[in-house]
Amino acid sequence: MNLFDIVIIGGGIVGTSIARELSRYRLSLALLEKESELAFGVSKSNSGIIHPGTQNPVNSLKGRLCVQGNFLIRKIARDLGVDFKEVGELIVAFNEEEASRLVEIKKDAEKLGVPKLKIVGRKWLRIHEPNLSGEAVKALYAPTAGIISPYRMVYDLAENAVANGVEIHTETKVESIVRSNHFEIFTTKGAFKARYIINASGLYADEVSKMAGIDDFKIRPRKGEEFILDKKKEYLTNHLLFPLPSKVSKGFLVIKTSDGNPMIGPTAEDILDKTDLATTDMGFKKVLIAARRLIPSIDENDIIAYFAGLRPVAGDDFIIRHEEKAPGFINVAGIQSPGLTAAPTIALMVVNILKRAGMKLKKKPDFIGKRKKTIHLFAMPLERTRKLIEKDSTYGDMVCRCEMVSIREIRDAIGRGARTLDGIKFRTRAQAGRCHGSFCTTRIMKILSQELKKSLTEVTKRGGASEVIKGERS
Amino acid sequence: MTKNLICIECPVSCILSVDIENCRVVKVKGNKCPKGEEYAKAEMENPVRILTSTVLSKGLSLKMVPVRTDKPIPKAKIQDAMNEIRKIRTEKSVHPGDIIIENFLGFGVNLVATREVSK
Amino acid sequence: MAAAISAFENGARDILLLERDQYLGGILNQCIHTGFGINYFKEVLTGPEYADRFIKKIKAIPEIEISLKSFVVKLTKNNVITYLKPGSLEEVKAKAIIMATGARERTREMVHIAGTRPSGIFSAGLAQKLINIEGLLPGKEVVIIGSGDIGLIMARRFVLEGAKVKGVIEIERRTRGLARNVVQCIEDFDIPFYLSHKVSKIHGKDRVEAVEVVRVNEGLNEVPDSKFKIECDTVLISVGLIPENELIEMAGVELDRKTNSPVSGELNKTSIPGLFVCGNAFKIYDIVDSVSKDSSLAGRRAVEHIAGQA
Repeated sequence: MNLFDIVIIGGGIVGTSIARELSRYRLSLALLEKESELAFGVSKSNSGIIHPGTQNPVNSLKGRLCVQGNFLIRKIARDLGVDFKEVGELIVAFNEEEASRLVEIKKDAEKLGVPKLKIVGRKWLRIHEPNLSGEAVKALYAPTAGIISPYRMVYDLAENAVANGVEIHTETKVESIVRSNHFEIFTTKGAFKARYIINASGLYADEVSKMAGIDDFKIRPRKGEEFILDKKKEYLTNHLLFPLPSKVSKGFLVIKTSDGNPMIGPTAEDILDKTDLATTDMGFKKVLIAARRLIPSIDENDIIAYFAGLRPVAGDDFIIRHEEKAPGFINVAGIQSPGLTAAPTIALMVVNILKRAGMKLKKKPDFIGKRKKTIHLFAMPLERTRKLIEKDSTYGDMVCRCEMVSIREIRDAIGRGARTLDGIKFRTRAQAGRCHGSFCTTRIMKILSQELKKSLTEVTKRGGASEVIKGERS
Repeated sequence: MTKNLICIECPVSCILSVDIENCRVVKVKGNKCPKGEEYAKAEMENPVRILTSTVLSKGLSLKMVPVRTDKPIPKAKIQDAMNEIRKIRTEKSVHPGDIIIENFLGFGVNLVATREVSK
Repeated sequence: MAAAISAFENGARDILLLERDQYLGGILNQCIHTGFGINYFKEVLTGPEYADRFIKKIKAIPEIEISLKSFVVKLTKNNVITYLKPGSLEEVKAKAIIMATGARERTREMVHIAGTRPSGIFSAGLAQKLINIEGLLPGKEVVIIGSGDIGLIMARRFVLEGAKVKGVIEIERRTRGLARNVVQCIEDFDIPFYLSHKVSKIHGKDRVEAVEVVRVNEGLNEVPDSKFKIECDTVLISVGLIPENELIEMAGVELDRKTNSPVSGELNKTSIPGLFVCGNAFKIYDIVDSVSKDSSLAGRRAVEHIAGQA
């Protein structure tokens, strides 16, 4: 068993951002993920907003990391071929009292360094956000807000990290950690040795930390239910729309997503069970009422999908620190919103923590900084599609009719690590459209089975006991 | 005794009123076609069903060959028939109507393919 | 196929039939049960047999060019179709276009069922394809939401394949499907049929574990204290069909927001001259015989349109 310089626990946006950043250096690195695929924990239900940095307390760590992250993520997205769109956000006030709070929010945000903020009035809103409720009086406009696909970001970060030598182990759940000269990490897939551990295990960061002897924080899941609208409504809004924030959340939003479907939500409910991903009738009602307050024309028939995600909350701020009581153990915990935006800065912060903890970091001359953009037919003009098909006929063999995904893209996704139906869905959008996979699931199962040389009964929705079928005629 | 039945011969689903004496059907009302009367008699005296299912193929272009009994079989024997169907492997190319098993389970009906399946 | 054959019979001589699958026949191929053809052919046929009648007929007409694995990606209001198939992307302009794109199933999301999203939730049609075409059994203990015909037919199919169907749950007071299917698919197999009930929640982490069922009153509101749980590993959704009309919408045809059918004064016609819609894409039919009959009319109308243009 070889000794890794660093083992990262957790393959979400935080773990993969750190892995990719560290892969610039001459280090032996491994990333352990308990699920079948990366991004299957907290990250898969992220809304994909790249926040400008408003609505964070002035002296908070998350406030600082978010503003820098909004700047840094643009280059990373460009280098890795992930689409980033700067669409801007509006925090909407419905009366003069709320409007006065916008001024405070603007002042706080400017202290954190959020650029180009502007308070806009009714006339501006009518022109630039015509579907917004006529009751809106003013809004704080933050033009640097953007959208990105959170899971494609994770997959592409991971792919680039692997290209630079990082080992990724999925279905590898950490069960205990022993410290002697170095750490020994015992998992469901054997033991790993490491000089340093970075704990980026999301909802389970408290439990993993406790294994290393640090037991001074708790992760409380805060459930958020999100509702996705039909792509036909792509131009329902021009910006990300926020009401005034409350104490626990940024409120119910009406946003755009990088896949084109608008999304409304999320709820914010503190719960106890870290696996409770159920949506509720109450959540549905609440979100619809709140979204209609912003955009009155939203109809419940526009909703084509919904899901729930859990934010890993550890008090008010992020916990990012080297644990002096467990030298070599670094916690990156409580990374809830704006964790996606802050991830690039979190990674840089971890590099600095490692340096301060005594790690010698030497840059690799042969670091590969860029990756070739993944081909998605739905995102390109037909003329390019024609050229692709003429070069490789399998681009013309359609698997998913609602989202226009070819067999070539599905095979590519498997080549890049997809192992499950959900993994294919997050990477390619196949099964994510109006029919919810009614027409293409069978074919995708067959492709998975052929490419992975598994039987059809072994194909799962998202790993574990989520097998799709229970028997086969034979 | 009078019993109400829904005819299953076609999608019209006529509601039949059936007069029964000594376990025999004496009169059927409510049927829009002669099939209704036949159905009511059979349903009361010896209920039968056409069985449709699939059989596993070997070396053909489709994994499953859809099949049916060309005439109805006793309703009570459907599970027996299914158990037998599950054992069949067919290797020859078929057209709709081609016999897969003659005199299936001795019911006096044939099990026939319903789709063209080639090698 | 019915529209293409009828267009030929009415005089058209240059007909292109685009099919995205590798076989002709569409969804009929997985409908292996009987009940088709009694009006159109005066015979009781299964889905594949019914389709085969048209396949044989169409293959005997050389003027109809059949292009399989052909996927239309674009349709314009001047009746230009762009489609792709393995190896090429093609563009054709037609004097008339008939859309026979069928329907898709309404989803769990469209009826807003709360709970989790584990493996084991299938549309009835997907389950039908898995069993009948692929020989795969989606589950062993099944609850069916909605009493549409495909759901009823699949209840019987699951039982025949050795699974247990633990209930069909219908929110309305009457079945949505045909009475004959209730008799031969539900009553024949003593499957519990819950009318005026709805599934209020789906439970399960990796795989479906149970559903919560509740009685509803005439206003479809939940009746207090009527909740019960049914343990199962599979949920089938059979809550109706919706016409698949995204392509004509792209071309600018006005669709009814509720039904997704083209807004039209006359059968098969749309707001774009020369663009016709037939079958379940035009409106949801109960029986395929009527689809064939009305689609034949669409073929004739297309030819009449071309004649009127000349």
